[in-house]
Amino acid sequence: MTDTDFLLLVRGPLFDAATFILCAGIVVRILAILLMGRKKNLAEPRGSAVTGGFGTMLRRSLPDAGTFHRSGFTVIAGYVFHIGLFVVIFLFVPHILVFERAIGLSWSGLPSNIVDATTVVTIIALVAVLIHRFTDPVKRMLSTFHDYLVWVVTILPLVTGYLAFHRIGMSGPAMLAIHILSVELLMVLLPFTKLSHAFTLWMARWYNGAVAGYKGVRS
Amino acid sequence: MNRLESIPVDVQNTASLTGNLLPLLHELHHALQTYAATGATHSIDLNSLPMAPEEDAQLEQLLGGGEVRAQLQALGNSEITETAIPGVWRVTHRNADGAVVARLLEITDCPAILKTQHQDLADGVQRLETLISEGS
Amino acid sequence: MNKPVTVADALRLGGVTRRGFLKYCSAIASLMALPPASVSVIAAALEKARRPSVIWLSFQECTGCTESLTRSHAATVEDLIFNAISLDYHHTLQAASGDAAEAAREAAMHDNYGNYLLVVDGSIPTGNPGYSTIAGISNKDMLLEVAAGAAAIVSVGSCAAFGGIPHADPNPTGAVSVADLIKDKPIINVPGCPPIPAVITGVLVQYLTFGLPQLDHLGRPVAFYGQSIHDRCYRRPFYDKGLFAESFDDEGAKKGWCLYKVGCKGPTTYNACATTKWNNGTSFPIEAGHPCLGCSEPDFWDAGSFYKALSTPTGSIGATAVYAAGAGLLAGAALGAVQRSRKNAAIRKHEKIGIDDLTQES
Repeated sequence: MTDTDFLLLVRGPLFDAATFILCAGIVVRILAILLMGRKKNLAEPRGSAVTGGFGTMLRRSLPDAGTFHRSGFTVIAGYVFHIGLFVVIFLFVPHILVFERAIGLSWSGLPSNIVDATTVVTIIALVAVLIHRFTDPVKRMLSTFHDYLVWVVTILPLVTGYLAFHRIGMSGPAMLAIHILSVELLMVLLPFTKLSHAFTLWMARWYNGAVAGYKGVRS
Repeated sequence: MNRLESIPVDVQNTASLTGNLLPLLHELHHALQTYAATGATHSIDLNSLPMAPEEDAQLEQLLGGGEVRAQLQALGNSEITETAIPGVWRVTHRNADGAVVARLLEITDCPAILKTQHQDLADGVQRLETLISEGS
Repeated sequence: MNKPVTVADALRLGGVTRRGFLKYCSAIASLMALPPASVSVIAAALEKARRPSVIWLSFQECTGCTESLTRSHAATVEDLIFNAISLDYHHTLQAASGDAAEAAREAAMHDNYGNYLLVVDGSIPTGNPGYSTIAGISNKDMLLEVAAGAAAIVSVGSCAAFGGIPHADPNPTGAVSVADLIKDKPIINVPGCPPIPAVITGVLVQYLTFGLPQLDHLGRPVAFYGQSIHDRCYRRPFYDKGLFAESFDDEGAKKGWCLYKVGCKGPTTYNACATTKWNNGTSFPIEAGHPCLGCSEPDFWDAGSFYKALSTPTGSIGATAVYAAGAGLLAGAALGAVQRSRKNAAIRKHEKIGIDDLTQES
């Protein structure tokens, strides 16, 4: 198989398959959660579930002083790589073209050198997070194979994308193909791992807040 | 060509400068110092160095024109000129169509290509001998 | 006139003076991106280099590669080398035809066995041998016969190097590249559709002066195919700034912005177009406003649309996503119903739900 065949394979059938698994998988996971049903709360409401829900969505997105004091590193590194991932995935022009092709929507991107720098910062933050996971005794004890797997599939597209952009090591078609393949691996595993928090995060936060809000307390 | 050029395509060169001009001047400075001290010549291939058209023009202006301007007619024209900086020569080779095939800066007292080539001397001797024998 | 022995002899007999020769060496050094100090090395090597016998075989091709090489209007520095070699057989260019032509090939092979250079353009059909024949000899037989006595093979053009357009899907003739058939000879691939003429001659000069050049994983000389079009493109600053032509007649196209969005294959294509350029250095496709087709890469004809951005999927992803969501709804509803009934059954049995029931992973 030539490099070009490889690139065509990952841009064609494999990307189709990965998209199918990602979309179907996410819908299945969300439906399964929603259809479980929740017992009707018969108690008199002491506050607004809606206000509590939205309040928590906002509050948990901002680090509070206590958490920051306890684990400032996790908060900062977490913010850095999440924002970095957002910039790299959604504001790099070649990536925007993928979304445009998939959903028909387009938006303007950032200059590629800014995205390039962001990629480096994001990779550094992810490596720092891994080192912290290894060195912090509590985190190390809590970590499972699953945690390391999702770390690998998250950082792979960043590293391969960086190599493809700078054409380091391999020829252009092969490196680009490996980058796209690594993204497909992420797409396939996302619905079935902790990475599905990308889609379930907000409803989970809303639910937590709504339950507490109904009881008239802040969560 | 005139008709092609009449098509209103607005090409704006907003490409940023490469910043290679100053390092090039430093290389020239170093090479000229070395040549003065040790007699070791040096050449720089300008085609191998990406420079914006503005930077090329600026280099041309900075180096200026010196006392020698020579034309070489071999496989097309070549211009060999000493710049305003003694010891720094600009060599531009063109092919028969006039397209530039090599652009060099040479640090030397006289670019080797200007000198009569010893390989051609035998031809010269032979030609003179023919002239003399025809004349007598 | 004595038959010239070395390349330098051939040039001198052609009226090229020593200065012209040195100038030619300078141009070659610049073309190959070698330091100017190597000019004397090139000159010395060319002086000693024996004038090679070259046999040029044209198989399933369009003659575009030969056109590329021979259609320079005036004598250029680059095509001098072509005059310096001894082109003993090229069935399109040679005056002889029929038996006389084949006799010339056989004589050249016999006289220089083991030392001649074989240049091939065009791919070789492996289906019916009658798909392409010369003097009644199938392309494959002729290639195997001539390659056996060659010192090295230069595959000129994407057809000879990678199969090219005859190899394109569905490949009706079973076309293959030279390297697919010949395994025991050094092969230099000079792909392109066609290759840049200066690169074809540059490769010949490189072979004459330094022997076999350093090749990349696709057998291409690194000196000419070492950098991607994208990395040397004068429109690269627009790519970096995020300024793109969205179509062929919008403001961006008129301003000469990057052609990535209209399908430019520059980032995955390795060739010298952006630096050496075409038509004696006039311009190259991107400079003329058209995206790079990637013609010096294998299977460029089947590598997705010429006009779709390189990063985008080739399938209809929107439709896939909709089908996936539909399938997900069905499967999710079914799974949800099962889980719900299990939960209700558990409640009815007053079973406690343990931690294992709540975690779905692992």
